[in-house]
Amino acid sequence: MPFLTAGFPDVNTTLELVPALAQAGADCIELGVPFSDPLADGVTVQTSSFQALKNGVTLESCIKLVDQLRDKVPDTPLILMGYYNPIFSYGTARFGEEAQRAGVDGVIVPDLPPDESGPLREECKPRGIHVIPLLAPTSTDARIEKTCSTASGFIYCVSLTGVTGARDELPPGVFQFLERVRRHTDLPLALGFGISRREHVEAVGGHAQAVMVGSALVRVITDSPSEELIERAQKFVGELNGAIPSPKGGQE
Amino acid sequence: MERAYNEAKDDQAFRRELETLNLTYAGRPTALYFAANLTRQCGGGKIYLKREDLAHTGAHKINNALGQALLAKHMGKQRIIAETGAGQHGVATATVCAMMGLQCIVYMGSEDIRRQSHNVFRMRLLGAEVRPVESGSRTLKDAINEAIRDWVTNVESTHYLLGSAVGPHPYPMMVRDFHSVIGGEARDQLLQVEGRLPDYVVACVGGGSNSIGTFYPFIQDEGVRLVGVEAGGEGLDRNKHAATLSAGRPGVLHGSMSYLLQDEHGQVMETHSITAGLDYPGVGPEHSHLKETGRAEYVAVGDREALEGFHLLSRTEGIIPALEPSHAVYHAVELAKGMAHDRIILVCLSGRGDKDIHVVAEAGGVDLSG
Repeated sequence: MPFLTAGFPDVNTTLELVPALAQAGADCIELGVPFSDPLADGVTVQTSSFQALKNGVTLESCIKLVDQLRDKVPDTPLILMGYYNPIFSYGTARFGEEAQRAGVDGVIVPDLPPDESGPLREECKPRGIHVIPLLAPTSTDARIEKTCSTASGFIYCVSLTGVTGARDELPPGVFQFLERVRRHTDLPLALGFGISRREHVEAVGGHAQAVMVGSALVRVITDSPSEELIERAQKFVGELNGAIPSPKGGQE
Repeated sequence: MERAYNEAKDDQAFRRELETLNLTYAGRPTALYFAANLTRQCGGGKIYLKREDLAHTGAHKINNALGQALLAKHMGKQRIIAETGAGQHGVATATVCAMMGLQCIVYMGSEDIRRQSHNVFRMRLLGAEVRPVESGSRTLKDAINEAIRDWVTNVESTHYLLGSAVGPHPYPMMVRDFHSVIGGEARDQLLQVEGRLPDYVVACVGGGSNSIGTFYPFIQDEGVRLVGVEAGGEGLDRNKHAATLSAGRPGVLHGSMSYLLQDEHGQVMETHSITAGLDYPGVGPEHSHLKETGRAEYVAVGDREALEGFHLLSRTEGIIPALEPSHAVYHAVELAKGMAHDRIILVCLSGRGDKDIHVVAEAGGVDLSG
């Protein structure tokens, strides 16, 4: 599951990138909604987020982006990932209605703990939009159980204690963490934060059903000259893909 | 942390330890001073100053730094991180860490480092590492972002010693409690000298730590009006200010819901104040509560008026206040002018003004470099 910041380096590139990544075998694509204070993100995503804000990207334009992409990638779930204040400011009801109309499949809000996500879930769940919860290695068993009890879609398992950003190795203890979560849910588990290489993806296979790759992809996008950007991003995702069997039984 | 704090709060030994440190190290209780000259000049109500500027490190920030550092030790955390805007909280944290033998790292926006080089050097003298923050507006809110990023990464070894009544629970409650010593002492002192409670309690509000600490012990005293003074900067109409409660709307930042200065899309806005200590787009959630219930009222005082308050107090009473409480001093003076002589205003003088001398000089066109 690749993550890319919506509107980075510009909106037209995002419109091209999403179908290209779906073609490269992405099972689901996360679009990052930029925010002024991205406190769960490392430098790579932060920088892309600030650039997207400069480009005038808003929550409203991200929903519009999904609407434009929906016909181009009819079978790839599109998920918005962003901080709570833009959604809260937009209004959870308005967000639910417009996101449904655009064809948003899910939403991930890293600074909204499950204890506080009731109002958003009430607006999203009846409309078929999953509110994906996050769990971390520091989550207690009681916390995992409580979070899983209201979850739908999949569970976002944060691989480490820290912020987003490519790391050289998988953190120690990550498989035990995934096993702890597995005891409380039958939903797919998606592992994110720090994953950047094919060998990480291969190692995770069997313990989780998906991996999120964000910063490493944003880095590829940042470093590529514009004429090679789509091709390089597609190649990067294509190389990662296939190491984990698709939870939906394959979508090549 | 909530569990550890609740245990500590009810633990006799912890409370005794903190009280002893407040007494012998922080210099508490701080004085309550009747500002006779200022009162005479206003020709109205009596102005009392709660002298937090006399506390160790020159500001109220030491109250919370001592409390949280002690808690961190009880929790077995040896590494302390903090954010700072003007540098007062960073200095207080570095001070307490030096005394307790804890490692100390302070995040500070690079723009604030430039504005407050004096305090940066103080922190380094105290053995702290000051890490510049280059993201966003490079001020206090970005320093908080970076401290939170460090904290979630090193949570096992590290206590985040948050310096204002903001952030996720239990911080707003904990910071309030450690600063309630301000209002608690002032209330007792005033009852002793005047035999009655004040009509007004006035304090400046950035994140809102000194003000909530001053207000809290008076909340049940219905006759006492609580007034928070925010930074009006260059004017609310010009959008260059930090008056969150006066001009913001509810939002979510740094783990709590409160009033927030944000644009129409929910992006957090950059703020302006002559003083870095009030330059924050959010405010403690309990202040939002007090505003919504009407228990406290909030006003904005601009840069120019704060400077006026600064000069007035310096000349009439021989007390050079920090620019943050200069906002409160100005408002208290305006209130006092229209009041009967037997009315009483209590002002929290949250810090001393040495750190602001160069800002004041610059505003007055005075060159200190020669």
